[in-house]
Amino acid sequence: MSTTTIDGRTIHVDQEGFLTEPAEWDEDMARSLSALLGIELDERHWKILRFLRADHASTGETPTLRRVSTSLQVPMKELFQLFPTKPAKKMAYVAGLPKPRGCV
Amino acid sequence: MTTTDTTPTTTATTPTMPDFGAPTTDRTLAIICSKGSLDMAYPGLILANAALGEGATVHLFFTFWGFDMINKRTMADLKFTPVGNPATHLPTAISGMPGMTAMATHQMRKTIAELDIPEVPEFLEQIVDSGGHLWACRMSADMQHLSADDLYDGVEDIISASDFIEKTDGAQLLFI
Repeated sequence: MSTTTIDGRTIHVDQEGFLTEPAEWDEDMARSLSALLGIELDERHWKILRFLRADHASTGETPTLRRVSTSLQVPMKELFQLFPTKPAKKMAYVAGLPKPRGCV
Repeated sequence: MTTTDTTPTTTATTPTMPDFGAPTTDRTLAIICSKGSLDMAYPGLILANAALGEGATVHLFFTFWGFDMINKRTMADLKFTPVGNPATHLPTAISGMPGMTAMATHQMRKTIAELDIPEVPEFLEQIVDSGGHLWACRMSADMQHLSADDLYDGVEDIISASDFIEKTDGAQLLFI
């Protein structure tokens, strides 16, 4: 298991750099991770991140974009605006979760 | 070995983070959908959706039987037939029995729904909402006497094969 240091905090990450210990994540960490992506978090981001955390905690899986979009009633277009280019992976990263396993 | 700062080499000074690539990518994927059966509709849709999620530009061209995927009359009612389909591992004599297509279609729809994968019309909507481009083949439209009004609203235009090839210059191409 690798570790890396972000804003002075040591966290466990997988080979790609996704966090592997959900407990090492908190909202400050989310701000640090999003800053690495050049994303400034506003309430729309937080709503998504909180859903990802809660859904992962209950299902053990990182939700796919479709699941986020249908569960929160957030249009797909907005997900692409909030987490540009690779929304599913970026929102999982900022939420401190593994990348989604599902295809759709 | 008295130093205490010889941490494992996996601990990097610059944070280890996923490679999300460039903010924009110039990767373009062109997918030609030429089949109208339920089982052959999904591969193109799933790959298009995946490519969009990775930041690629995606163009889908619906041609020949693939036209059924964007024809308002047929798109929500595609069939999966086991006849002549070796993937079902059924003897031909059984797969051709009455009711087998209905049963296989029902079963496939159920399996797809259980995985929370949308039906074809909703899947097309998701692809358009994600920035994907849908194009209908001119020759197929002419052969079936269909116009833009008969096609799914997200289809941008009815274009010729050469127009599609021109639009997707330099793209990676999938023929399904």
